[in-house]
Amino acid sequence: MSNEAVLHGAATSHDAHGDHHHEHHHHETFISKYVFSMDHKMIAKQFLITGMVWAVIGGLMSVLFRLQLGYPDTSFPWLEDLLGKWWAEKGHITAQGYYALVTTHGTVLVFFVLTAGLSGTFANFLIPLQVGARDMASPFMNMLSYWFFFTASVVMLSSIFVETGPFSGGWTAYPPLSALGDASPGSKTGMDLWLVAMALFVVSSLLGGLNYIATILNMRTKGMSMTRLPLTIWALFFTAVLGVLSFPVLLSGFILLIFDRNFGTSFYLSDIFVNGVGALPNEGGSAILFQHLFWFLGHPEVYIILLPAMGMVSEILSVNARKPIFGYMAMIGSLFAISILAFLVWAHHMFVTGLNPFLGSIFVLLTLLIAVPSAIKVFNWLTTLWRGNIRFTPGMLFAIGFVSLFISGGLTGIWLGNSALDIHLHDTYFVIAHFHIVMGVASMFGMFAGVYHWYPKMYGRYLNNTLGYIHFWVTMIGAYLIFWPMHYEGLAGMPRRYYDYSIWESFKNFVELNKFISTVAMIVFATQLLFLLNFFYSIWKGRKVTSQNPWGSNTLEWTAPINPGHGNWPGEIPEVHRWAYDYGKDGREFISQVEPIGADESHH
Amino acid sequence: MTMFLTIAVIVLIFVVIFQIAKASEYVSVIKGENESRKQNNKINGFLMLGFMILGLIGIWYCNDLYFHKTLLAHPAASDHGKKVDQMLWVTIGVTGIVLIITQILLFWFSFKYQEKENAKVFYFPHNNTIEVVWTVVPAIVLAILVVIGLRNWYSFTGEAPQGAMQVEVTGKQFGWIFRYPGKDEQFGKKYFRMIDAANNSLGIIWNDTAIKKHDGEMQQLKDDKFGHDDIVTEGTVYLIKGKPVKLIIGSRDVIHDVGLSHFRMKMDAVPGIPTTMWFTPTMTTEEMKAETKNPNFEYELSCDQMCGNGHYSMRAIVKVVTQEEFDAWMGSKKPAYYAAFPDKEPKAPTAPTADTTKLAGKKDTAITKAVAKN
Repeated sequence: MSNEAVLHGAATSHDAHGDHHHEHHHHETFISKYVFSMDHKMIAKQFLITGMVWAVIGGLMSVLFRLQLGYPDTSFPWLEDLLGKWWAEKGHITAQGYYALVTTHGTVLVFFVLTAGLSGTFANFLIPLQVGARDMASPFMNMLSYWFFFTASVVMLSSIFVETGPFSGGWTAYPPLSALGDASPGSKTGMDLWLVAMALFVVSSLLGGLNYIATILNMRTKGMSMTRLPLTIWALFFTAVLGVLSFPVLLSGFILLIFDRNFGTSFYLSDIFVNGVGALPNEGGSAILFQHLFWFLGHPEVYIILLPAMGMVSEILSVNARKPIFGYMAMIGSLFAISILAFLVWAHHMFVTGLNPFLGSIFVLLTLLIAVPSAIKVFNWLTTLWRGNIRFTPGMLFAIGFVSLFISGGLTGIWLGNSALDIHLHDTYFVIAHFHIVMGVASMFGMFAGVYHWYPKMYGRYLNNTLGYIHFWVTMIGAYLIFWPMHYEGLAGMPRRYYDYSIWESFKNFVELNKFISTVAMIVFATQLLFLLNFFYSIWKGRKVTSQNPWGSNTLEWTAPINPGHGNWPGEIPEVHRWAYDYGKDGREFISQVEPIGADESHH
Repeated sequence: MTMFLTIAVIVLIFVVIFQIAKASEYVSVIKGENESRKQNNKINGFLMLGFMILGLIGIWYCNDLYFHKTLLAHPAASDHGKKVDQMLWVTIGVTGIVLIITQILLFWFSFKYQEKENAKVFYFPHNNTIEVVWTVVPAIVLAILVVIGLRNWYSFTGEAPQGAMQVEVTGKQFGWIFRYPGKDEQFGKKYFRMIDAANNSLGIIWNDTAIKKHDGEMQQLKDDKFGHDDIVTEGTVYLIKGKPVKLIIGSRDVIHDVGLSHFRMKMDAVPGIPTTMWFTPTMTTEEMKAETKNPNFEYELSCDQMCGNGHYSMRAIVKVVTQEEFDAWMGSKKPAYYAAFPDKEPKAPTAPTADTTKLAGKKDTAITKAVAKN
């Protein structure tokens, strides 16, 4: 028996089962199936793979600037060959190159990977499948959503290649720096492209978000009341609401910035004298106004990133602990509370801008209030594991890793949300450690958990388990090794976004640590490439899925054929009779949502 | 060449790992799904436990390595800073306990409740009592932290005490300009259109001028006599130990941030919107040198808000000195007005370079001494 036969031999008998999808009601061409597809599953894959491309670009950028931070005295001649003189000179990343890398890394990871790549992928993939719908409310808008994202990607990518470099004033793009090309070369053409890309991105996100909300509210199958929805759907629902309400505010902020940049208005500009140019005509604007508009999106944005991960983790923990999620209603309640509070805490990013102290104190109170629903979620996850029967699939490992990271990063939020401490820690490495752990890596873990868990549904094949385990453990250990010590750098007052620390008596004491962090970052990055290899190899060569419900899961997507066609279920859409978390009830391992409540079944 | 070699090695490692992973999948298929799942569970369960133990040791080890490099290892150099440090310790205590307990529970549960044959899971969908408990307890703890935090916040952001020294700090790409109000203790008015990079870096209004604005309107500016004795310096600022200082912070171009990590203070410098910050330095630079046992120690003022490609080099030095040393230093300074208009300078017969009101009447020898000292 050949290796291939070993892997797929058992599958043949079941193939007939999954083959219904070939009977399509209309003819599909390559273009309509893979490019301008209106099938939510294909759009999800498009989002995922585009997100992966961006993750590689953004991750590679972090490796490059970590090279500068970790090895400031070593010369790497190949950098110049690879990147050219603008980015790297004499074997060193240049200052302008460094800031361009840092800025693009931030923008790309926050928006293109963790917003589009994460919620774009899983909202598209899971909403119709888990609520029991044939597709999104508007498949056409859904397609547009992806192609706006794709266009945004192209524009953003092109900004890397302009002569004055991409935007390099930090992902938050505070004016006046982002408004004045004379103050920073990155604020010339690079910034125009950045703004165009972001505007397109906002459009994409709105088209997607409206669709998700409409689908969840209107297209649930028979019996699927809101309180029977899996928590993934609840999380994706709140994510979409957050996006729809806050992205337009960001866009308005960008439009004013475009006016200030190009049409001589003074929304953000006042009293400015630029070296080599002289006094600017603008008077009366407020640079702080932009920060309010930006963070009014910016803070909900971190929950836009985090909530889908929370939802998927809740689902995956429950399925693999073979136990119902603890406190389902409390989970929904805390998601709701987080979503409301997300809109009321934006100014905690601005404690040191000269904010009115009274206003600041209100934001302290509301910010620390978020810790309560977050704590509820953590305790509920822990209780879900308690007395379960845990299967360590790679998806489950990443879900557990998510909880660990969410605790570690969330707790430091209590430090930073308290304004009197923020005065000290603001814009130091402590902040970098905090948000990378709680938002960056944790959400990445949520995304990986989702990919490993739903890969069989996406491609009808499994990812390689061993590679999954290696991927998890290296990433988990690596993430802590990279970001944990950064707390100490922050407590030493080390400011973030510094190209070089050697002239600073107070901040130059971490040379060895920086080298260590950079080295670990490279290893972790390489491990992600291993995951990509696994991902693409398994699409064609992975072990075939042989049963409709490989994880023994209750939710509806596992009642669809192994390779569902456009429309998801070949016959009738299944009817739902119970919530999604009847695991281990009445001595039965799991009871699918489609199974009617038995006469002698116990109540919970 | 080494680069190609490195790439080749990396690719080789990739291939090896990949092949092993593939082989292990064949093995697991042959062994049967259940058998291999059990094995994987066991391995990962132990790794969970191992991660927990090594992680806890790692936290301790990391602290051992780096704590002495943090600012917490030495007393804060300002009265506000001491309160910040106290609050940090309380917060570290509270969050630290929660961190250790929850992480231990997470990994312990993962290890303990790994899949076992015939294990019956506990069907436990909710329990109102414990949910209320773990909602209320965190809320109370957070309320305590909020109270501590806000008390400090209001005292930090409140009015500076009467008689505080005033210093104006202005950020520009990429450096800091400091201004003292001079003998009259009043800053002269300034206007950004009066800035002249060479002679009047802050745009102090020194003479009656009419300026044509961009819309064609003429703007009359009046000479402000308060500005004539303002002292302007760059690169280093002198503060007095034990004397409250109020910084009036602004920016000439983009947003900067006055970061004073040893004093635990920070405030943005925003063009067009002045901000303030006050504190009382409690240790001189010399005392801190002794405390940190670092003869090169300086209080540094760092820019903590991304301000352009030279952001990382936007450094100034804060010298905290005694009142006498400060007076002597101030005595050696000449108002910026006279530097811009040397002809306006009152000609003191004996000391053309170091004449200030304080030293003007004294004898030559005293002046030379004072200057030499600095």
